[in-house]
Amino acid sequence: MIRPKRLGMTIAHRAAILVYVAFALFPLYWLVKVSVTPNDLLYSEGVKMWPSRATLDHFAFVLEHSDFPLFFRNSMIVSVSTAFIVTILSSIGGYALSRFTFRGKFWIVGLMLLTQMFPLVMLIAPIFKMLSPLGLTNSLSGLILVYVAFNVPFATFLMQSFFDGIPKDLEEAAMIDGATRFMAFRQIILPLTLPGMAATLGFVFTAAWSELLFALMLISGVDASTFPVGLLSFVSKFSVDFGQMMAAGVLALIPACIFFLLIQRYLVQGLTAGAVKG
Amino acid sequence: MASIDITDVRKAYGSTKILHGVDLTIKDGEFVVLVGPSGCGKSTLLRMIAGLEDISSGEIRIGGRIVNDLDPKDRDIAMVFQSYALYPHMTVADNMSYSLRLRKTAKEKIASAISGAAAKLSLTPLMERRPKALSGGQRQRVAMGRAIVRSPKAFLFDEPLSNLDARLREHMRGEIKKLHQDLGATSIYVTHDQIEAMTLADRIVAMNAGLVQQVGSPLDLYDRPANLFVAGFMGSPAMNMFEGTYRAANGGTVELAQGVVVPLAGPAPTADGTKLTLGIRPEHVLVGKTGLEGIQALIDLVEPTGFGTILHASAFGADVKAFSLERGVAVRGDTVSVSFPVERIHLFDTATGSRIG
Ligand SMILES: Nc1ncnc2c1ncn2[C@@H]1O[C@H](COP(=O)(O)OP(=O)(O)OP(=O)(O)O)[C@@H](O)[C@H]1O
Ligand SMILES: [Mg+2]
Repeated sequence: MIRPKRLGMTIAHRAAILVYVAFALFPLYWLVKVSVTPNDLLYSEGVKMWPSRATLDHFAFVLEHSDFPLFFRNSMIVSVSTAFIVTILSSIGGYALSRFTFRGKFWIVGLMLLTQMFPLVMLIAPIFKMLSPLGLTNSLSGLILVYVAFNVPFATFLMQSFFDGIPKDLEEAAMIDGATRFMAFRQIILPLTLPGMAATLGFVFTAAWSELLFALMLISGVDASTFPVGLLSFVSKFSVDFGQMMAAGVLALIPACIFFLLIQRYLVQGLTAGAVKG
Repeated sequence: MASIDITDVRKAYGSTKILHGVDLTIKDGEFVVLVGPSGCGKSTLLRMIAGLEDISSGEIRIGGRIVNDLDPKDRDIAMVFQSYALYPHMTVADNMSYSLRLRKTAKEKIASAISGAAAKLSLTPLMERRPKALSGGQRQRVAMGRAIVRSPKAFLFDEPLSNLDARLREHMRGEIKKLHQDLGATSIYVTHDQIEAMTLADRIVAMNAGLVQQVGSPLDLYDRPANLFVAGFMGSPAMNMFEGTYRAANGGTVELAQGVVVPLAGPAPTADGTKLTLGIRPEHVLVGKTGLEGIQALIDLVEPTGFGTILHASAFGADVKAFSLERGVAVRGDTVSVSFPVERIHLFDTATGSRIG
């Protein structure tokens, strides 16, 4: 027997979640809607939830007649490399912060926090100045370097918290069983941190995938442009081609979705249950 | 199997001293139990033997070899953690075979070792499960199994049974004793539990505040505690302790509060007028009807335990505990006489805490 008051609470609760989800997903819906709306209907039909005639013309145009496939490839290279490099570095760093006390730890942590305190805009000019004599402006490697540098501190703290959640007893048991510290890390701790690594990977991937500021400032040629920069090419002096821009946006969502589908099974927590007393 | 020699081992974290020079020799095949109050450094000592904690100074030898600078993996010991520390992503079989796989043991040998251990611990039907799908008692047995699959030089146990319920603890206690009789392995076992310590140990090491207080057989510690700490720590209900003054006259007596005089078996090896503490275990206190020889006491509280009865009585301004196997000895409010048989009395120097005689 569900009491009416409880039922009311449940309904209100679900309704609130529903409202929030609708609010969060509506822009995505609008993105898709505009991408299939023919140009002639875009302004003439007024605000409608679905155009009277849908078309895939915008997609065809973006794929066949624009530089989008190139931007796409660049973005893929940059984001995937950044995500993997950051995840590896932050796993190693996070493990050290979680398990060891070493000289200078306090200052290293302090410096890492410090890097998170400045608005990025402040740093663009000096970074440009540093990268340009090294030939790293207008290149994907330069962009990867900058993204890695900016994502490592936060990702390290994130990974540290995952390692903190794994009991120290486990690697001690492994070391007594005959493993070196590194073997204990690789065979016992790392498999248990996969959810954390997947979260970090996903987080960094999306951050790099959608980064605009540095990409815009450090890259000037089409060859090395990433997709967020490429989106701007739909904005011309006199008009914005919304249909094509939205179609490109929808296409850009696909890799992010696939990426999360691949890692989502690791995101399911609870792998460490049963390690210690229960 | 091997002996373990601990020589003047100290441990400090920065300026905090935890162990102040521990000396201990554990013979090959011996079962030694470390007891002591929380925070006295039992786990620290065990972890130093295992190699998980640095040795600040002193020397630890396993089988005659100094291991101070050896990694845990090279010390060839096995440890059972209080938390069990099972590898959650491995099956029971993999948990148990991990150490053998690391040593590149042949497949057939691994299989026979783990099936042997599994049979000993009745784990055979659980071998393909993950730790998550086991009960607390089963996890405990897997942790034991992981330790016994190889034949290490020594076993270390850090309160391995403290997460189990009383019944299971009693059962596992028996299992551990049997295992030790089977394997004859050198073992060091940390526990809070008096009964575990008394029943399992060949020798008990009582520790307090980073110092070894007494080493001896369980009955040694029980019957002849070396100081006030051990006297108070071993035994439940705890020993009665009364402060008094030694009087050499009349063949040696102790004068307690309110002029109560307790005769001793003979003169004690200490000066007349020494402040000392008289100890007597509750089960040795004789409770009788008033009028008999003894000290007048008023029963405050009666605690039946089923097994016997604990009586709390007040006499000469102190609380006297007595334990009797009989029921209905007295009820609350009774006036009784209590007496302390001379051969059961322990004397300690109040100032130094050490045993007299
Ligand atoms: N990393 C550390 N830094 C500083 N002090 C520590 C550290 N580890 C342990 N200690 C201290 O060392 C002392 C001994 O700890 P230990 O774990 O050996 O106690 P224990 O006898 O095993 O107690 P328990 O019976 O509660 O397990 C404690 O006072 C503890 O606070
Ligand atoms: Mg402990």
